[in-house]
Amino acid sequence: MTVLLEVTSLRTEFATRAGLVRAVDGVSLQVRRGECLGVVGESGSGKSVTFTSVMGLVRSPGKVAAGTIFFDGRDLCQLSSEEMRAIRGRDIAMTMQDALTALNPALTVGEQMAEVMVAHDETLPAGRAARRSAIRERSVEMLGLVGIPSPETRLRQYPHEFSGGMRQRIMIAIALTCRPKLLIADEPTTALDVTIQAQVLELITDIRARLGMAVVLITHDLGVVAEHCDRVMVMYAGQVVEEGPTAAVIERPRHPYTRGLLASIPRPALRGQRIEPIMGQVPDLVGLPPQCRFHSRCPMARPECLVAVPMLPAGPGRQARCLRLEDLA
Amino acid sequence: MSLGKLLERIIQLIPVLLGVSLIVFVMMALTPGDPVQIMVGEQSITPEQEAELRRNLGLDRPMVERFFIFLANAVQFDFGNSFYHGRPVADVIAERLPATIELSLVALVVALATAIPLGVVAAIRKNSVLDRVATVGSLLGVSLPGFWFGILLIMLFAVHMQILPVSGRIGYDNEVAAVTGFLLIDTLLAGDIGAFGDALRHLLLPAITLGLPMTAILMRVTRSSMLEVMRQDYVTFAEAKGLPRRRVLYRHALKNALIPTVSVAAIETGSLLGGNMIVETVFGWPGLGRLVVESIFLRNYPLIQAAVLLYAVTYVVLNFLADILYTVLNPRVKL
Amino acid sequence: MTDATLAAAPSAESLFRRNLRDFRRNRLAMASVAVILIFVLMAVAAPLIAPQDPNETDLFRRLQPPGWAEGGDWAFPLGCDALGRDILSRIIYGARISIFIGAAVIFLATGVGILAGLAAGYFRGWVDVVISRVVDILLGFPYLIFAIGLMAMMGPGLLNIVLALAYKEWVIPCRVVRGETLAVRELEYVEAARALGAGPRHIMWREILPNILSPVIVVSTIRMAHVIILEASLSFLGLGVQPPTASWGSMVSDGRAFILEAWWVSTFPGLAILLLVLAINVASQALRDAFDPRFSE
Repeated sequence: MTVLLEVTSLRTEFATRAGLVRAVDGVSLQVRRGECLGVVGESGSGKSVTFTSVMGLVRSPGKVAAGTIFFDGRDLCQLSSEEMRAIRGRDIAMTMQDALTALNPALTVGEQMAEVMVAHDETLPAGRAARRSAIRERSVEMLGLVGIPSPETRLRQYPHEFSGGMRQRIMIAIALTCRPKLLIADEPTTALDVTIQAQVLELITDIRARLGMAVVLITHDLGVVAEHCDRVMVMYAGQVVEEGPTAAVIERPRHPYTRGLLASIPRPALRGQRIEPIMGQVPDLVGLPPQCRFHSRCPMARPECLVAVPMLPAGPGRQARCLRLEDLA
Repeated sequence: MSLGKLLERIIQLIPVLLGVSLIVFVMMALTPGDPVQIMVGEQSITPEQEAELRRNLGLDRPMVERFFIFLANAVQFDFGNSFYHGRPVADVIAERLPATIELSLVALVVALATAIPLGVVAAIRKNSVLDRVATVGSLLGVSLPGFWFGILLIMLFAVHMQILPVSGRIGYDNEVAAVTGFLLIDTLLAGDIGAFGDALRHLLLPAITLGLPMTAILMRVTRSSMLEVMRQDYVTFAEAKGLPRRRVLYRHALKNALIPTVSVAAIETGSLLGGNMIVETVFGWPGLGRLVVESIFLRNYPLIQAAVLLYAVTYVVLNFLADILYTVLNPRVKL
Repeated sequence: MTDATLAAAPSAESLFRRNLRDFRRNRLAMASVAVILIFVLMAVAAPLIAPQDPNETDLFRRLQPPGWAEGGDWAFPLGCDALGRDILSRIIYGARISIFIGAAVIFLATGVGILAGLAAGYFRGWVDVVISRVVDILLGFPYLIFAIGLMAMMGPGLLNIVLALAYKEWVIPCRVVRGETLAVRELEYVEAARALGAGPRHIMWREILPNILSPVIVVSTIRMAHVIILEASLSFLGLGVQPPTASWGSMVSDGRAFILEAWWVSTFPGLAILLLVLAINVASQALRDAFDPRFSE
């Protein structure tokens, strides 16, 4: 599999009143064609900001301060805003956490689907009527693909007329309209009921296989990652702390933070076992000293951990940012 | 919105309208001075004539009964005779009404046409020079006393530069046959473009004066709701879809941002009613506002009563429409 | 008992200090406060400051231009009106009317509004229904028209203006207080006071009112600006303070007949209104930003 997205030493900063916040600090990652990468971390770990940076959608007062983002052979940081716009929605698509707020309440679902095609699809026929029916046909097809019953009538409705799960499906349908090479799904299930969560994730996995696209699944749920992702990347306080093949990482985490995350999910297989929450809080991202960021919460911390820790090899295709990773093996 | 809900809302209006009418009635009933005396003025009449007049006016009946008679008459637009004009009050008001409506509508258009683009641009270029100028301008707009601003405009454009007329609705040599009472329409109906331009020139300064506070308020509302909307997820999602910036701003953001603007505009249209009295006085505009002010000095109470009631009812109805408009524009809000 | 309940209430004192500090840091706001204070000083010390007797007429000085213009005299720096009265002195005396009426109306309206709003929000039930109905009905009138109607009925005069404006003005603080009271009355510290056996009067005045005062003060200052413009508008229409008493609105009106030959007669009093109202608006906006950030963007 060839590399589709390659991010190197990305740094995204926010100028706040309290000081400069490095929400993303030296993140490097790869996504291969067709694979599913899970990105895990608590809120504030920089997982969403990393991919908003990839999309070129970081808002003022934030900005991408350093790093390169190569997508399909082009450095996205060097593109003009118009070139970037052409890539968004066509080659890289994104879905957001809550479809209720991500869909425009004042526009019909049909319009919100059609506009993506109008913006990106040069193959649409020129004639007005032909164009309209082509768009319509495609919209119906997409809604059918994500499992919305009677799509023809549904196109004329507004987002508030759909249930939460249906809205999520619609958002996914919109994101997939142009058959993107990469889908960034930001917490696609957080806002949903448990049963619908499973359906939506199945849907994403299913479509990924059919369309052969790569997926980045941003979540705070390692269980979701275990089930759907080829590889996983764990983020903490703006940095990647561990990455590798999902099965290996979950089987034997090589970073205390990953281990803590795994211990904090209730697993049916381990029923009766005590859930251990990770003690303490994510550190304030303003003016962090160059040392292991997990140090203050780490049960295994030692005095020598008070140095800047690089990503260290931790087995086949694996890396972890911990001086004691051997002790965790 | 369902018809039933709409009906329910309309029914809720009734107590307010009744209360408003009661206040107008009491206001005038408590006015010192005997209406008959005021009516008769300097003429001398016999006690019998006076009693007759009193009976005709219903002044010999108890207050409560008089209120209901007043209400019943008001519903039929019967407000008695204007002492001064010697004609029914309703006729006098109807004659003056088009001038006031025309002025208010043009002021509304001027306000919307300047406030919305300014507010949008100020929001898109937040903290730019233009944003600051607009913000200071809106502060000035709500702080300027309308009557003084009108006089300044007259001094500048009519007296000093002499490019616009001082007062009135149209020049004497341009008068056209009254069909609708709206001069902009009547001049066009008469096919007289010169007269239309003249009417427009007469309208300009009063409309700006009347619309200024509204422009200031609407600009602020548009700016802040646009800023609010641009922070919403659906705007980010629209950008993530790779839509052109214009479409993100105008189709996704503005459509939602205008919801509060439109409903504030409807409410503020009500406040134009009060501003009319001032502006019509300053610009010698022959509308209802000036008629009311004149009537106060002539102690023409039936006319004042009718006009105040008319203003209040219009105001209540406008607020009601603002409410309805808000729900209609906002598919999420269900009544 | 009081001590226990006070301890449970959010510490209004320290919050107030911090807000005040925010407000003081805003330079534009401090400049506005200075302008307001100058006007207040003018009003209070008018007889000491005014260079001339504001009502002394002299037809030889009829429409005399301002001091710097040709034919002007620095003894009458802003010129004279059609009766030869000194415009500056009349503006100084006029500040008395604007500020007195603005303050009196707001004071009266806020007092009544707080009483009515607290009662409606705290007791609810029929008290709330009655008060809210009255509020709805009063809101059914455009402000100026209501005031004009009342002035037509009561006749001109200082006290009548205050009453005509206050009759409607109280509705605004009332709505604010009612809304805030409804929000606050279920909060823990109020519940705690109730559980400790405090009576409604104690709860309303000691527990609720201090904690909802910020928005009330903010709204009152904004309204003060409106009231001053309304008074000026009534005076301009000839329904306000009667001549020869100097009021800014009627001074502007006096000058209307002479805009061809004497621009200064209308211009300066209007400028005084603009300055004072603008200063109040800027100050109240800063006050709102500092004390009640919910309403600012």
